[in-house]
Amino acid sequence: MQHVWIVLGVLFVLLNVAAGLIWVERRMLAMWQDRLGPNRAGPLGLLIVLADTLKLFFKEDWIPSFADKKIFVIAPAIVVASVLMSFVVIPFAPGIVVADLNIGVLFFLAMSSLGVYSIVLGGWASNNKYSLLGAMRGASQMIAYEVFMGLSLMGVVMMTGSFRLTDIVEAQRSVWFCFTQPLGLILFFIAGIAETHRLPFDIPESESELIAGFHSEYSGMKFGMFFIGEYLGVTLISAMTVTMFFGGWMGPEFLPGWAWFFIKTFAFILFFILLRASLPRPRYDQLMESGWKVLLPLVLVNILVTGAVLLYLKG
Amino acid sequence: MFSHIRTIWLTFLHLFHKKVTIEYPDEKVKLHPRWRGRIVLTKDPDGGERCVGCYLCAAACPVDCIALQATEDENGRRYPEFFRINFSRCIFCGFCEEACPTYAIQLIPDFEMAEYKRQNLVFEKEDLLINSEGKYPGYNFYKVAGMNAGVKEKGKGEEEEEPVDVFSLLP
Repeated sequence: MQHVWIVLGVLFVLLNVAAGLIWVERRMLAMWQDRLGPNRAGPLGLLIVLADTLKLFFKEDWIPSFADKKIFVIAPAIVVASVLMSFVVIPFAPGIVVADLNIGVLFFLAMSSLGVYSIVLGGWASNNKYSLLGAMRGASQMIAYEVFMGLSLMGVVMMTGSFRLTDIVEAQRSVWFCFTQPLGLILFFIAGIAETHRLPFDIPESESELIAGFHSEYSGMKFGMFFIGEYLGVTLISAMTVTMFFGGWMGPEFLPGWAWFFIKTFAFILFFILLRASLPRPRYDQLMESGWKVLLPLVLVNILVTGAVLLYLKG
Repeated sequence: MFSHIRTIWLTFLHLFHKKVTIEYPDEKVKLHPRWRGRIVLTKDPDGGERCVGCYLCAAACPVDCIALQATEDENGRRYPEFFRINFSRCIFCGFCEEACPTYAIQLIPDFEMAEYKRQNLVFEKEDLLINSEGKYPGYNFYKVAGMNAGVKEKGKGEEEEEPVDVFSLLP
């Protein structure tokens, strides 16, 4: 019975966080651009979330006549489903984890890679040149960044000796991995931005050149699903960064574990939004070049050095 | 790479900057005295209409939003029979104000003229006339004009000489 409550609670909190991020992002983005942002509807403008959702529901749910209808409909669901599946392994607090798999890290990587199917299928089913271009970019970006996203976590896994996320959190009781694996942290975070195709790496959608790319044909709640999927992805990468490098639910005693986890995750979500406010989008070839030629070798060096140091410390 | 981190930091500092947003309905915008907004017809110090119905504003208007018909009263003073400005067409360029020889038509710092019906944006003379001298207090065209239109006798105006008696020049 307790399991059901955990599943429902996690689902409830996540979906509400993802919806609330609409407001958070618009307010914070406005603040960083010397504006005020939505502050009219309700206290501090919080009801903008409700208004936005209602608006999405009442929009015409249009399926283009030239689209591949079945795939077109199913594509937005894939991104939300795959991201929600990744949350299964994340320990929010001691005891609050949906499934404490012993291959947690691998499960997370597998599920977050599945998200690319929604981009590729959505772009393909739209039967539109811009969408297809966006989908192709999304696919190649995912492949490039997925490789070293997995490898950047291997340093942590080597130091812990386990793929289980609760073990990784427990291993950070004395010192967080952000101090022992700083390069891994930076590379994981960069890969995470690319993975969620957030700005500055929003190459698949890049509204200024591809008119929203893979989801330009989507409207109504189907577009809303892509939207929610993106915010869930941001939350996922933030939660993963916290779990792997910032001690998960560890923190001084005066707050419970889940509160520390929430605070840390939120800090990273805000950092995501700050990146969107400050950095320009790189060109497509620059992105691929830095991925394969700079970041991948760096990750391999990180693994090499970590392994060498671990062997040296062992004797 | 360093420039990226610096950019992120500088953007973060904008959190504490003063916001440029003016929360309009609660907080009014500062409008300057020469701001070109709603068009009004002003009156001279004695309360008469300044407009003499010369049609120069209608001719100057690039979007043809001004319509009027001139007429005369029993003293020969010209005034517009009707004066109509279609504000749904007006572009607030201020050409009519520049063209006006009697300072009658003026643009004032007011832009809050939203209406639910487009027809309500057509202002008639009674909507346009204001009980004020506008930007040129003390000016009365008929006091400086040469003609007699019931305001002053011919030759009695300020800095105006008596008309020359053409017969007195005869030998």
